[in-house]
Amino acid sequence: MSKGTIRNFLIGDAQADRMVPPSGFTARLTLFVSGAMAFLTVFALALSLASGRLADRWADELARSATLRISAPSGQLAAQTKVALTILEQTPGVASARALSVEEQAALLAPWFGLDLPLDDLPIPQLIEIIAADPGYDVRGLTLRLSTEVPGAVLDDHTRWREPLVAAANSLRRLGWISIGLLGGAMAAMITLAAQSSLAANAQVIEVLRLVGARDRYIAGAFVRRFTIRALIGAAVGVVIGMAGVLLMPAASDEGGFLTGLGFQGWGWLLPLLIPTLGGVVAFIATWLAARSTLRELA
Amino acid sequence: MIELDNVGYSYGGGELLSDVSVRLAPGSFHFLTGPSGSGKTTLMKLCYGALLPTSGTVRAFDADMRTRDRDEMAMMRRRIGVVHQDCRFLDHLPLADNIALPLMVSGHDMGQENANLRELMNWVGLSDRADALPPELSGGERQRAALARALIMSPDVVLADEPTGNVDWEMSQRLLQLLLELNRMGKAVLIASHDLGLIRAAKAHVQARVLRISNRQLHLAGADL
Ligand SMILES: Nc1ncnc2c1ncn2[C@@H]1O[C@H](COP(=O)(O)OP(=O)(O)O)[C@@H](O)[C@H]1O
Ligand SMILES: [Mg+2]
Repeated sequence: MSKGTIRNFLIGDAQADRMVPPSGFTARLTLFVSGAMAFLTVFALALSLASGRLADRWADELARSATLRISAPSGQLAAQTKVALTILEQTPGVASARALSVEEQAALLAPWFGLDLPLDDLPIPQLIEIIAADPGYDVRGLTLRLSTEVPGAVLDDHTRWREPLVAAANSLRRLGWISIGLLGGAMAAMITLAAQSSLAANAQVIEVLRLVGARDRYIAGAFVRRFTIRALIGAAVGVVIGMAGVLLMPAASDEGGFLTGLGFQGWGWLLPLLIPTLGGVVAFIATWLAARSTLRELA
Repeated sequence: MIELDNVGYSYGGGELLSDVSVRLAPGSFHFLTGPSGSGKTTLMKLCYGALLPTSGTVRAFDADMRTRDRDEMAMMRRRIGVVHQDCRFLDHLPLADNIALPLMVSGHDMGQENANLRELMNWVGLSDRADALPPELSGGERQRAALARALIMSPDVVLADEPTGNVDWEMSQRLLQLLLELNRMGKAVLIASHDLGLIRAAKAHVQARVLRISNRQLHLAGADL
């Protein structure tokens, strides 16, 4: 359809619209269904986008950082740490390697043991933070070399717990998109039913219109326009309420973790605006098909 | 314009009409009579394609009804003005819109047709009822409105199913005048009626042929009527 046809369709043939008596029930049903579906779609969309972001971020950040833990008798700890740092500096693909200071290690342990833990008295392992370059380093090669030269070192590249998290975030994203598909399908089904009920209720009107020479296109158009506009309006209201709900959620924070990241970012805010349009398209197709099959059965 | 050739029709039980052949030529004027339930309305419906014959063929404007698709059927109906026995209005629209319905559904510019509409409503004496809803009208008013609607597209053929059943003598004469005038302009007219007075009045002005349905067959009634 060209731009002009769409405009003409929406502005419509005011005369054709009056041919079909207004019906309170199917109008309210269509408005409500489109509104509810659009509302839910906003959240499904927010969920998909947020879990997508999370999956990407986890996969990216965790892949770049690793931790080397050195446990050794207190006499050898400093020496082993030095050797390890030297090895790391020589390893291609390691962007930086840094031994955590005593204060930093204390901060990491604080949530478990409190602040006044006498770290000096305990055999706390030394942690070294490794940031990988792009492309990264050869994990197996590094592990091998460390095991011979720094016996107390254990390399943890986070793969173990990264993979299930990324997989979970990805399947959450997939579930979000499946939900959006199902919401669209359910909306199409409901609008088909509403349109069929409206067509059946107006069988007499349709018959009279046919008798005075109306073409199917004219009659179907009156119904299709009506349902499409209702779906557009309902979906627009649903999207506004849904987006307000998303806006009111607390901003993303470290404490809230995943849950507070549930929202839109940047251009993502524009995506929900597509929902009413898609809702209108769904209603258009559903009503058109319903009208076509109903009209075929009449003389 | 409309030709029935050996047409038979049955609603599912026995045959209601059989071997009906008739030709509505341009400028012809026909009456259709017969007892109630003999199939007058059914014959009319065959003429405008609301029913398809169970045997034989119906041709309108040189095309077989059976070969018309739905759009072609709609285009054909714009050329045939029908006064339905039960009028068939849209009850939620005011009378003026109901009369203009054929114009609206065929995409005419209503601004240009307004004078035409007003004149026609004036002719059938309904000018002051333009805003009334069909259920508020008397039987006679409905029939006059139905005739006005049938004529608004200035069709080539006018089929009127008992158009004077509910109107008084004077109004029925006016409606007849209107139909006679259209007939003089070359339109084919078919009126189903058992109003003998109306038929006689028409015969004074026009060469009207009277068709009678009896025993499922269509007969040409004698000149004695
Ligand atoms: N839709 C229909 N289904 C079955 N029978 C019908 C239908 N319409 C009319 N009939 C029957 O066909 C016969 C003729 O009806 P009709 O054509 O309306 O007669 P008329 O107009 O001469 O009074 C009647 O017996 C009527 O009951
Ligand atoms: Mg009848």
